[in-house]
Amino acid sequence: MAQQVFAYVIHKNGVVDDTALEMITAAGRLNSDVSVTAVIAGSGAELDGVCKVVASSFSEVWKIDNEALAYINAEMIRPMLTRILPKEGIVLIPHEHFGMDMAPGLSVKLDAAYLPDAVDFESIEDGKIKAVREEYGGQVSTHVLCDISQGAVITIRPGSFKADESKSAGGNIVDKTAEAIEGGLSEGVRRFLEIVEAEVGDVDITKSDILVSVGRGIEDEDNLEMVFDLAKAMGADVSCSRPIVDAKWLEKSRQVGTSGKIVKPKVYMALGISGSFQHLGGLKGAPFVVAVNKNPKAPIFQAADVGVVDDILDFVPELTDRINEIKG
Amino acid sequence: MEILVCVKRVPDTSENEIEVNRDGTDIERDDLVYSVNEWDNYAVEEAIQIRDKVGGNVTVVTVGEEEDEEIVRREMAMGADNGVLLSDDAFNGSDGKGIAAVLKAEVEKGKYDLILTGAQSDKGAGQVGGMLAAMLDWPYASLVNLLEVIDDKKIIVGREIAGGNQEMNEIDLPCVLSIQTGINEPRYVGIRGIRKVASLEIPVHTSGDLGIAADAVGESGARIKRLDYFVPDPGEGAEILEGSTDEIVDKLVELLKAKGGIK
Repeated sequence: MAQQVFAYVIHKNGVVDDTALEMITAAGRLNSDVSVTAVIAGSGAELDGVCKVVASSFSEVWKIDNEALAYINAEMIRPMLTRILPKEGIVLIPHEHFGMDMAPGLSVKLDAAYLPDAVDFESIEDGKIKAVREEYGGQVSTHVLCDISQGAVITIRPGSFKADESKSAGGNIVDKTAEAIEGGLSEGVRRFLEIVEAEVGDVDITKSDILVSVGRGIEDEDNLEMVFDLAKAMGADVSCSRPIVDAKWLEKSRQVGTSGKIVKPKVYMALGISGSFQHLGGLKGAPFVVAVNKNPKAPIFQAADVGVVDDILDFVPELTDRINEIKG
Repeated sequence: MEILVCVKRVPDTSENEIEVNRDGTDIERDDLVYSVNEWDNYAVEEAIQIRDKVGGNVTVVTVGEEEDEEIVRREMAMGADNGVLLSDDAFNGSDGKGIAAVLKAEVEKGKYDLILTGAQSDKGAGQVGGMLAAMLDWPYASLVNLLEVIDDKKIIVGREIAGGNQEMNEIDLPCVLSIQTGINEPRYVGIRGIRKVASLEIPVHTSGDLGIAADAVGESGARIKRLDYFVPDPGEGAEILEGSTDEIVDKLVELLKAKGGIK
């Protein structure tokens, strides 16, 4: 593969996102001799600090420094990247809330192929990458062939590739600002206003040792009572997956996942939760995971230590009764 | 406000277990229950609420085949004013860019202020809205979970970002937004609503109507091709507890006690 490989590095409050080193591993799966160029945008001293850290792992770092980029807005950064990135390059971007905002349009502007949410690369041959993706909420996987002869924008699922910690590169930092903002910055068609922090709920699930977490399998709001009963018996707090919050049955502060809270309990009971990668992305610290789901193919069983294939509406009251019996 | 909502008919994953067929060429399609993609349904509801507040029309569009017409009809029963089916053999095998190119041609036939899509659909790509915006040179915002119309030139959108936080943006019209679930509570569509739209004629636009060159879309234009479906090696996976419910409960209680799961 003669094409140059780029990785768009995300950082926040001066801390480089875990996905930066995962993209080095991903690029290495395409070509073990590959040298990867990191592309980083931001502002001032914070950006310089981030570039220094990243330079120890990437063979080259391209930085775009402007005070308008103190908060990165996809609509503002996309034209800059279109100016500096060579057509026919391979551009890796994390598949998260920023990557999903920026990457599909970038592939159009670069006239490159778009491969979204890759979880693995199997081979590269004749200008085509054979990659693995998931469909239907992770219930099935697919092999896809991506023609990279005219370049490609590829988003990488966070956590799918192991981070490359070797720090073997030690690259130069190249200032690409002038080229990126050639012709001046316009105020833009989409203007960042502010971040509204999540409301603090009555329970802080990020501090809980034991979580009883409920998903779509609960079927009805009235059934939530049995989940609270089990949590009470176990001495646990109640958390949930996204559909429960969408239905407004529980508050957002109880949602586990990449768009909710990152939790680190010792024990996690997943009740009627299918186990999307966005949900599992919120589960850290290697807890003991018990999954109860009536669908034996639910992806949650891949992430769990122990599984029960049953309808939670039948199983949960039985379990609660037994625990209450024991405790007297 | 003239609003276009792009929708897709998908297997309903809350009603079906998705399995790979015998030779791995597709999912098992027998006995599948189909519905409108969940995210798209929130997008249609949002469009209807905006129209009811500021006036205008909601048009629902899908790229597909004859059987896909049913979801256009369903979203019209929900309250959309118009529906269009974009259908042509030349569209078959399109990748995300092909679908976006077909939609772009339809957009350019009308005069829209706002285009909504679901944030993702069954294939989990989340790509068509962002591509369509880039092709039109319109601004885009993804994962929108709050939308407030300021005037006929601009709106405010909240985007869902990490940690349950929300990124607020002001964005100029016309624009494209991808809608996240939870932004509203989609209304229920009853049998009576469905009956009311049952005999409406849904116009079909072909590649000729849209002025699309056949080689720009469909399989020949696609740079992403699916080779097969498979179920990944289960690897470690969970130890599945077997036995009667009583026996399973016993085993689970012992395990929970050992792991500190019962205080």
